[in-house]
Amino acid sequence: MLQRDYTTSQLDVLEAEAIHIMREVAAEFERPCLLFSGGKDSIVMLRIAEKAFWPAPIPFPLMHVDTGHNFDEVIDFRDRRTAELGARLVVASVQDSIDQGRVVEETGRRASRNRLQTTTLLDAIEEHEFDAVFGGARRDEEKARAKERVFSFRDEFGQWDPKNQRPELWNLYNARIRKGEHIRVFPLSNWTELDIWDYIRREGIEIPSIYFAHTRKVFERDGMLLPDADVVQRGDDEPLFEAVVRYRTVGDMTCTGAVQSAAATVEEIIEEIAATRITERGATRADDRASEAAMEDRKREGYF
Amino acid sequence: MDILRFATAGSVDDGKSTLIGRLLYDSKAIFEDQLEAVERTSRDRGTEYTDLSLLTDGLRAEREQGITIDVAYRYFATPRRKFIIADTPGHIQYTRNMVTGASTADLAIILIDARKGVLEQSRRHAFLTSLLRVPHLVLAVNKMDLVDYSEERFAEIKDEFTAFASKLNVGDLTFIPISALNGDNVVSRSENMPWYLGTSLLHHLENVHIASDRNLTDVRFPVQYVIRPQRATDHAFHDYRGYAGQVAGGVLKPGDEVVHLPSGLTTRISSIDTYDGPVEEAFSPMSVTLRFEDDIDISRGDMIARPNNQPHVAQELEAMVCWMADARALTPRTKLMIKHTTRTARALVRDLHYRLDVNTLHRDEEATSLSLNEIGRVSLRVTQPLFVDDYARNRLTGGFILIDEATNTTVGAGMILDAN
Repeated sequence: MLQRDYTTSQLDVLEAEAIHIMREVAAEFERPCLLFSGGKDSIVMLRIAEKAFWPAPIPFPLMHVDTGHNFDEVIDFRDRRTAELGARLVVASVQDSIDQGRVVEETGRRASRNRLQTTTLLDAIEEHEFDAVFGGARRDEEKARAKERVFSFRDEFGQWDPKNQRPELWNLYNARIRKGEHIRVFPLSNWTELDIWDYIRREGIEIPSIYFAHTRKVFERDGMLLPDADVVQRGDDEPLFEAVVRYRTVGDMTCTGAVQSAAATVEEIIEEIAATRITERGATRADDRASEAAMEDRKREGYF
Repeated sequence: MDILRFATAGSVDDGKSTLIGRLLYDSKAIFEDQLEAVERTSRDRGTEYTDLSLLTDGLRAEREQGITIDVAYRYFATPRRKFIIADTPGHIQYTRNMVTGASTADLAIILIDARKGVLEQSRRHAFLTSLLRVPHLVLAVNKMDLVDYSEERFAEIKDEFTAFASKLNVGDLTFIPISALNGDNVVSRSENMPWYLGTSLLHHLENVHIASDRNLTDVRFPVQYVIRPQRATDHAFHDYRGYAGQVAGGVLKPGDEVVHLPSGLTTRISSIDTYDGPVEEAFSPMSVTLRFEDDIDISRGDMIARPNNQPHVAQELEAMVCWMADARALTPRTKLMIKHTTRTARALVRDLHYRLDVNTLHRDEEATSLSLNEIGRVSLRVTQPLFVDDYARNRLTGGFILIDEATNTTVGAGMILDAN
């Protein structure tokens, strides 16, 4: 008799692992929340959350740290998706943090609210007493992230200490914290950019339109294409031109670059990514180019 | 396409980073911007070659000190498989990191320098691989170019290692002569070693059979979370009560008779639910939701098994423990938290039988404590019963972690012995 081969596809394994992580958090923490930016990783994370608790609703709120410099398409998508799920959305606003004097707006051509988000995020975690915060970060994104745990401990200042992380074995996660501390949880740790896109295709998940090729007025800075927008300061030596572009990552407009691409469907995007030779952060994120340890430094302070 | 998780053991001197760099580069998992950054840093430091370890040494302290501190996870894929590498450092905190990386690995690669042969550290790596029950072990004999691709040298190392491995629990052992620097037998078969009749390393990684490494015999379903959608939008689910979890062993099917632990009550599975609809069977590592024909009081931490195949219900445990804390040692009378499957309890160390020298396998029965990176056999008493199997039989129901109640850090990893 032919023995059945219990092989499981890579997406099924990754999905099962992520569901396990989400349920573990829901079981062990009092007040989790899920960071939802309207970007593709958090969209996938949200689908995993739907699956983990079905037919019950997702048992925690969503939170968006809004820099005020987001793409309209992404904010629309965020609000629509939240309404469809009947979920509660907490919006933590960087503008509020500026108005309250918690942070000071950067000045100059390269001013960005990227780094200011950390204070807004940590203040919101404290205000809402969140003890577990789901993030969509993946280990293939960046080399400091390659060493971060799935359950990543943050002290009462929200800091990450990369040299003093809790060992993580099998599928056993240590959820114990004191009041005021929290855990960042990364259910998509083992996914790659291509896995995310394969999953979006397989599940037929809707994503914001700016991920697909469209015509946009852009200008070039440091080899990146930045959008023409009120919040992006452009110099006279940085002329605008029209190009067919799409976004590989979705973040703050001031530091998120578009790539020239004609990929108009998920299938075409997958083909393009499979052939590309540049990482998504290298291609599109000014925030990671600042220094070799840019991400590590921001993460230590409490960044996503 | 499935996933192979593998751990690599060895130090920079063995050519481990070069090997990983080559696997990643040849499978196009290293991107141009990453390579440029590494080349720039290598140049700035006056290194003549491109130091591929810079790709994995992600933390500032690691780059400053030229050491690897922590387990790094790397990803690549070929058309056949997706690979997750747990890259563990060779020197600092070795045991703790290797145990962590090996705990989820399907396969381990141990690198040996062909000129140096089987060293103390090779034996240590092999022992840890065996202790963690990594099902497949590859001994990659590297730098064959520096021993003139000698068949005799390869055979010597193979014999010496085989003799040592016979004392361990190594399921599947494969020897591959390689040169990571030149690419011999890494991705494709080498023309420099016509006497070697085996496959290349990558071919082996792509084809090693892992589906049957999971336990598909003993039904084990640790209940993780109870799903009761009281404010379900669909009224059809108003009385829904499902038990969610990740299958840890065996194959479950609707209609199967099962036993609930700790109650000992039996019932039948009425449905195996997922968001995508009910399924006809569930096995590891699927995350599913079970419903039962009878109304039994079931909560997180309970276990579902088969009436004629149950785990051991234990409050006294025998285990090998790897101690991972530097601030305090494990001694008899130490009190800790224990997390096993989805159940957390308190544990008391009743006895330390011996400390194991991971280099010589010598058992020191005079030992009175375990400190950081030491491994020993202990007896534990637990405040509430755990549903356990021998670690050798099932890694998911045989492994546990120990947590310090004062600091909340994970201080130990345990592998259960003599349960069944």
